[in-house]
Amino acid sequence: MEKIILFAPLVGSLIAGFGWRLIGEKGAQYVTTGLLFVACFLSWIVFLTLGDETQHIHIMNFIQSGSLDTAWSIRLDRLTAIMLIVVTTVSALVHLYSFGYMAHDENWGEGENYKARFFAYLSFFTFAMLALVTADNLVQMFFGWEGVGVASYLLIGFYYKKPSANAAAIKAFVVNRVGDFGFALGIFGLFYLTDSIMMDDIFAAAPALAETQLHFLWTEWNAANLLAFLLFIGAMGKSAQLFLHTWLPDAMEGPTPVSALIHAATMVTAGVFLVCRMSPLMEYAAEATAFITFLGAATAFVAATIGLVQNDIKRVIAYSTMSQLGYMFVAAGVGVYSVAMFHLFTHAFFKAMLFLGAGSVIHGMHHEQDMRNYGGLRKKLPYTFWAMMIGTLAITGVGIPLTHIGFAGFLSKDAVIESAWAGTQGGFAFWALVVAALFTSFYSWRLMFLTFYGEARGDKHTHEHAHESPTVMLVPLGVLALGSIFAGMIWYGSFFGDHNQVNKFFGIPAHHEAAEGHGDDHATDTHASDTMAKDDHASDDHGADADDHAAMADEHHGDENAHDAAHDDPGHAVVAAAHHGEAPKGAIYMSPDNHVMDDAHHAPTWVKVSPFIAMIIGFAVAFWFYIVNPAMPRKLAEVQRPLYLFLLNKWYFDEIYDAVFVRPAFAIGRFFWKRGDGNVIDGFLNGVAMGVVPFFTRLAGRAQTGYIFTYAFAMVIGLVVLITWMTLSGGAH
Amino acid sequence: MISSDLNIILPEIVLSLYAMTALLVAVYTGKDKTAPMLTTLTAAVMALIGIWIGVSGGGTETAFGGMFIDDGFSRFAKVVILLSAAAVLIMGQDYMNRRGLLRFEYPLLIALSAVGMMVMVSAGDLMALYMGLELQSLSLYVVASLRRDSVKSTEAGLKYFVLGALSSGMLLFGSSLVYGFAGTTLFSGIIQAAGEGHVSLGLLFGLVFVTVGLAFKVSAVPFHMWTPDVYEGSPTPVTAFFATAPKVAALGLFARVLHDAFGGVVGDWQQILAALSLLSMFLGAVAAIGQTNIKRLMAYSSIAHMGFALMGLAAGTAFGVQAMLIYVTIYVVMNVGTFAFILMMEKDGQPVTDIRALNLYSKAEPGKALAMLILLFSLAGVPPLVGFFGKLYVLRAAYESGLAWLAIAGVIASVIGAFYYLRIVYYMYFGEEGEGLDSVKRPVLSVLLALSAAIMLVGVVNLFGIESIAQAAAATLVN
Repeated sequence: MEKIILFAPLVGSLIAGFGWRLIGEKGAQYVTTGLLFVACFLSWIVFLTLGDETQHIHIMNFIQSGSLDTAWSIRLDRLTAIMLIVVTTVSALVHLYSFGYMAHDENWGEGENYKARFFAYLSFFTFAMLALVTADNLVQMFFGWEGVGVASYLLIGFYYKKPSANAAAIKAFVVNRVGDFGFALGIFGLFYLTDSIMMDDIFAAAPALAETQLHFLWTEWNAANLLAFLLFIGAMGKSAQLFLHTWLPDAMEGPTPVSALIHAATMVTAGVFLVCRMSPLMEYAAEATAFITFLGAATAFVAATIGLVQNDIKRVIAYSTMSQLGYMFVAAGVGVYSVAMFHLFTHAFFKAMLFLGAGSVIHGMHHEQDMRNYGGLRKKLPYTFWAMMIGTLAITGVGIPLTHIGFAGFLSKDAVIESAWAGTQGGFAFWALVVAALFTSFYSWRLMFLTFYGEARGDKHTHEHAHESPTVMLVPLGVLALGSIFAGMIWYGSFFGDHNQVNKFFGIPAHHEAAEGHGDDHATDTHASDTMAKDDHASDDHGADADDHAAMADEHHGDENAHDAAHDDPGHAVVAAAHHGEAPKGAIYMSPDNHVMDDAHHAPTWVKVSPFIAMIIGFAVAFWFYIVNPAMPRKLAEVQRPLYLFLLNKWYFDEIYDAVFVRPAFAIGRFFWKRGDGNVIDGFLNGVAMGVVPFFTRLAGRAQTGYIFTYAFAMVIGLVVLITWMTLSGGAH
Repeated sequence: MISSDLNIILPEIVLSLYAMTALLVAVYTGKDKTAPMLTTLTAAVMALIGIWIGVSGGGTETAFGGMFIDDGFSRFAKVVILLSAAAVLIMGQDYMNRRGLLRFEYPLLIALSAVGMMVMVSAGDLMALYMGLELQSLSLYVVASLRRDSVKSTEAGLKYFVLGALSSGMLLFGSSLVYGFAGTTLFSGIIQAAGEGHVSLGLLFGLVFVTVGLAFKVSAVPFHMWTPDVYEGSPTPVTAFFATAPKVAALGLFARVLHDAFGGVVGDWQQILAALSLLSMFLGAVAAIGQTNIKRLMAYSSIAHMGFALMGLAAGTAFGVQAMLIYVTIYVVMNVGTFAFILMMEKDGQPVTDIRALNLYSKAEPGKALAMLILLFSLAGVPPLVGFFGKLYVLRAAYESGLAWLAIAGVIASVIGAFYYLRIVYYMYFGEEGEGLDSVKRPVLSVLLALSAAIMLVGVVNLFGIESIAQAAAATLVN
């Protein structure tokens, strides 16, 4: 069954991509969509019937070389199952939606076929994403990781006749390369230290990694921290976190269904998934997770500020996505991986719906994307309006405070914020997220008010012809609306309920058992450095109340061993661990002293209410600005012009990158091209080819006089030279 | 004793008896009228003897007290010599016939020359060496000036003769020095005298003189100057012959003298050979650029190729000899094809040798142009054609013997040399409108051209197994 889920999209993609001439464009659409719905249906069955044990379903052997064994198999646990339903559900709905959205595309003329290609790309993306989330080892995950990158590139640049789309596609690809470089380094590092790329081996070796030093660049690092950080760089690229986020807004050049599927619901959450998947390693990387928390919070805040002033409807939602991804990373960073997954899960529904809703508006408004040209569309697009309304209610987090009743976003976002408070003791991350929640509320309502309320603005003609989308586009909206309303309430307990509920959901042994198990691990455990460290510790204790001398010796001994095992030969020590240690059970791992989730449950009331208050304030301000007093925003923008421009220009990230990276790279390239290649290499070769060689050619021609005595003379001279040379060199000994 | 000796040199005896009998018969019967038939017959006889040698048993045997050696190395060389000589004979028959050059002596002189070459590669004694060399050379002097009414042809023959005499003189002087200091003319004796640590200067002088004599035969720089003139002046089929079998024989003899007689003092001759190789490669590459006559161009091309073959020899190892054998075999196959092409170059029934006549040849004769393109790329050593692998072998041999500088120089020289091969391709495919050549139908030549080009393509699979045969042959020589 799992294999069918994984390969159905691939089969659909191949049939649609290579066989559409046989089955026609319509046939290609039906095949891909049908197979996706099959995969979706099976995914839900898998999700609902999942057992506690992690399953490994072997598919085939991939690369086997030395100690590297990259069998391709499906790792099926709760994390995988969650991602399976998210990916296949959204993908299936987006396929369906695309029937309507892509029906008549202005970018293509009569007789140009583009639909089969579009559906083939969508299905290919789905396959790559499924390969990513079902990965049992890091190479397989990297395969999926790059696969979604390729699919994303193809789909962003789907309108390849538009230069801006091509530029955006290239930008997304290049920025992701930066992140992928970190990810690849992380995989290399893990393989170097644990001699394995299998998840289980790596997880088992995580405690040992935490005590290993690794030399990287110019200094020694803690291996767990360094590797977690490198993996997170990969996650930053894919999930558009601050500094590697610039590609995401530009990626909106792609068709809107693509934005919904790839750049909102699934691919961009791959980074969050990666961090959660690597939770057994992350738990031992305190500094790295602190960084993740900080960067996630900063991203959430920065993206929300930029979202405040954008005018393109898709860009607003794009920045909103980036901001929400920041939330997820905060949750993962403070160690409550289940909450990160919770928000990922609910976000997939309401953000996909917001995008599809926006697509419906764009479709109805003849591909007008500027919100300043919208207004008063509530009557013209009633279903879309209600769908967007539900999405907005969900993303802003509407619900009844202090209960578990509310829209999906209310439950998951509040869970994130409470976790952030507990994880940072009310520090920066918490406050950044609360402020971001306020901004989220503001820009979401601003979008709603500008689009659906007020006077019709912009081209009159367009407004007159605004029309509701066909049913095939509205059905996916309805399904996602259900998810946006109920997903939070139904699965609240599983993701963020009490400990036992969460443990059961994720297949983690009960808490005290787990702790005990871990203790056992320590006692009998086999990983050398860990045991040595314990020994060391024991001898210290011993030394306190026994013979000093003996203790000294003992300690020394212990030190030496620990040193040997953990420092001198890190690879070896950890390899040993990898072979004998056991990976923690369960889809996610929270170390015994990780009490953030419990603390979050016991957060003070003001903390729990704070996101709700922020939401109310955001709504009120938006209402004031765009309904009551529409002239207000313009005035404010004029008064605070520098700030407005700063936000409108996205904190000038693109401009700074352009100056710091792009231009110097161009300059270096131009230098090597013009000076290095052109002047030096070509110049040298041209000089040799046109000057030096012809000179010798003429010389050789002149020597060839045709007179026999010249030839004989040359022979004799040659003989004399050889004899002389032989006499001087060979005759000497 | 004598019967077993004769048994060992039976192929040589058969070929020479055939040549002498045929000569007598032809003189007393139809004279030149028998020439076409004789040419075909001679080619067939040589090919048959070549195959006979090829399939006859292995092992190393010596005859006449060590003067004549029959081993894997000599058999390898003899097969290449005989087959290429037969191919060249067949190839030139039509050309010679058309121009009234096909005298009945021509095939027989080639056969006698082949006998000389067979003796050369089997020589185990300075006497046998000289006998074979002179038999070969005398035949070649005559065929070079076969076209008696042409000034160029007679000039070529005379030049070759005078300079060949000079080189023979040096060789003989060197031989007498070697004899004087080693006390024997047998290679097996010389190697004992030369291998005992201390080598007398006289023996080394002898070695240098002998080397010079042989370098002349392989046309290594600076003893190459006869080559372009002789190649240009001789009738084209004769040029084709010059470029193939005698080169194999001279290189085989070179390898035999250096390894059988002076195998103990590799360090002493290595530097000479490396120098000869370096000079040949560069002069061959550089001087050919100035040529517009394709025969002169091929002369310089052969000088450059001999430089590469000498690089294998300069390695001084069994692998080096193997590389040389592979290289020279590939070289011969490429040259047979290339000369088949050159023989088809004519305008109004007259042979043309100017490469500019090939302008846009691909439009008129796409098939031939493509075959020639493959051969030229292979001659230039462009991967993945077989010619590249020949170069790869000798470069590897040189590198593994610590002559990395020579290998690098070889690569540079082959880059320079690629220019003039590619220029022909350029003319054929992208040249200007010109008068063009006649479209001629010569089935034999076309087949040889196509075959040679096909070998360059298909051979990349395993070089037709020549690698292991050459390895076995080299192993019998170097020990």
